Amino acid sequence: MSEAGVTREGLTGRRPGREARFGNGMNGPAGRHRRPEGREGERRGGGARAEVVPPAAFASYYGRPVIKPPSWEAPDIAGYLFLGGLAGAGSVLAAGAELTRRPATARAMKLSSLTAVSLSAAALIHDLGRPERFLHMLRVLKPTSPMSVGSWLLAGYGPLAGAAALSDLTGLLPRAGRAATCAAAAFGPAVAAYTGALLSDTAVPAWHEGHRAMPYLFTASAATAAAGMALLAGPLAENRPARRVAALGAAAELAAARTLRRQAGRAAETYERGAAGRLMRLAEGLGLAGAAGAALLGGRARPAAALAGAALLAASACTRFGVFHAGLASARDPQYTVRPQRERLAAAG
Amino acid sequence: MSAQDEGRLRRLWWGPEPEVAADAGHGQAPPRVGFFTDTSVCIGCKACEVACKEWNAVPEDGLSLTGMSYDNTGALGASTWRHVAFVEQQKPLGGQQARVDHSELDVLALARRGSGTPVAEAEMTPTSPGRDGSGELRWLMASDVCKHCTHAACLDVCPTGSLFRTEFGTVVVQEDVCNGCGYCVPACPYGVIEQRPGDGRAWKCTLCYDRLGEGLEPACAKACPTDSIQFGPLEELRARAAERVAQLHRDGVADARLYGEDPGDGVGGAGAFFLLLDEPEVYGLPPDPQVTTRDLPAMWRHAAGAAAALLGAFALAFSGPRRAAGRRRAAGRR
Repeated sequence: MSEAGVTREGLTGRRPGREARFGNGMNGPAGRHRRPEGREGERRGGGARAEVVPPAAFASYYGRPVIKPPSWEAPDIAGYLFLGGLAGAGSVLAAGAELTRRPATARAMKLSSLTAVSLSAAALIHDLGRPERFLHMLRVLKPTSPMSVGSWLLAGYGPLAGAAALSDLTGLLPRAGRAATCAAAAFGPAVAAYTGALLSDTAVPAWHEGHRAMPYLFTASAATAAAGMALLAGPLAENRPARRVAALGAAAELAAARTLRRQAGRAAETYERGAAGRLMRLAEGLGLAGAAGAALLGGRARPAAALAGAALLAASACTRFGVFHAGLASARDPQYTVRPQRERLAAAG
Repeated sequence: MSAQDEGRLRRLWWGPEPEVAADAGHGQAPPRVGFFTDTSVCIGCKACEVACKEWNAVPEDGLSLTGMSYDNTGALGASTWRHVAFVEQQKPLGGQQARVDHSELDVLALARRGSGTPVAEAEMTPTSPGRDGSGELRWLMASDVCKHCTHAACLDVCPTGSLFRTEFGTVVVQEDVCNGCGYCVPACPYGVIEQRPGDGRAWKCTLCYDRLGEGLEPACAKACPTDSIQFGPLEELRARAAERVAQLHRDGVADARLYGEDPGDGVGGAGAFFLLLDEPEVYGLPPDPQVTTRDLPAMWRHAAGAAAALLGAFALAFSGPRRAAGRRRAAGRR
């Protein structure tokens, strides 16, 4: 309602949903956004440390976001995060399998990495505003831009992954194929890890505040995905390393996700609520179930190994989509931008 | 690396950087220019918005009503390079004098009547008390624009080199290079730059780069009827702004404060800074913006650590003891 009395009829002119809220009025609460009762301290497992600080108010411009969320499409970019991780970690697994004479797993992982990196490139180009200009990515190499560094990494990694897979499939140039396999395995961890910096190097609170844990979360998620693919596509006799990686990856993913939320401060809420919260919880459940299934039954029964592998792949994808959506949510709500900055100013005096 | 090199690298990264154009490789750079937007004299006419659209041929981007006071523009974006914010508050302004010539008016007669309009017709007059006893209305207006940061995150993260630092120290998008990756959009701590729907490329204020080259001031500053938008060399604007804020404080406007003028702030000082009459967030501005690339060295370190951990985990998985117990030990070590 118009408390300023700017309408002739005063309150009679009230139009629901159209009232202009005051920015930071000194004499009224209208401009200060208060969070609904009981939601402030809503952190899972936080029953004992109930919120004692009263819900803080903050000012904003008509509740509008301060920063702009990225216009990236979730299937393209979150999908790329998943596929890029699967490809990168998969190449490491392929090299390991090849060097320890597990040829069927090696071939499956090389194929999976080639497919994943090809789909990645397609998704990235599709997401460009001007797809026909994708080669502009290679005009310069800028260490200040994780996207530039990533473009060059993919430009180096993609052909190697392709050469490794083609050599294995056709049996041509086996020595060069092995060299490509090892080189792809050298690029793989970088391809899987740089995306952590890619998302964190933005003003999006949920991503930036978690910049120390994000690369670890992403490589753990990549390892989980690669292990899942090896369990799904590799023979039982060769899947012991994949089961170990599954356990390591799922545990690391769980730990890194918790660390990320702790570092994210107030924006941690966006990892716990809404679509992002559902995806992150699903990722935890699927990751634990997949790793447990792989450890207990993955070495004995083919269907169990395949099922565990599928669960691990799904867990990795859920993590990526969850992180992506948490970032969007934290960008759209001005409180995650304004309040931590206010607190920072207050702490600095 | 010598201490001098290290100091230069740090200066390029964050903190005060006096010679942005020279640091970007412009040899004989003219003085850095910018805007000082003094919102205390903004009258909300939106001439800046119109002049910007006209000069830069920025397309129309919606003609809807928002219900946000007189602001039907909404926010800065791909096709809005100047945005006038309107904030209605219940707070009387202190010590204001319009200095309007009233010599032709019989003000005593008007005062007796209580209103310029006959009271019977006016219903509400400047002297009638508020119905609910609340205070006066204060109407804040502020023309927002790209800040042309000293440390511009959009420029830092642009993978194509489309965004660049001009010889005037401003930040401009080269539209024939931009491939619409959209990375600059979430990188900006102010939410200024945006991709234009249907076009795909990122657009923002150029500080009228074409006009600067011809020795003209930007269109918005040229059109501003109250000189709320002042254009000039940044050093001069900073001195003028300090004087203005001191003057307002002397006149009793304790709310007046500068925003973005400090070279020591999180973006190394903005090329376009403001005099505000309330907290920045009231106008939709972040209270303590930081260039995201300030933390990039840490991000790269952690990414390298994570990549090494990934490699280590796989090495463990393939080379570790072939018994189940090895898995637990490996997990503990990680």
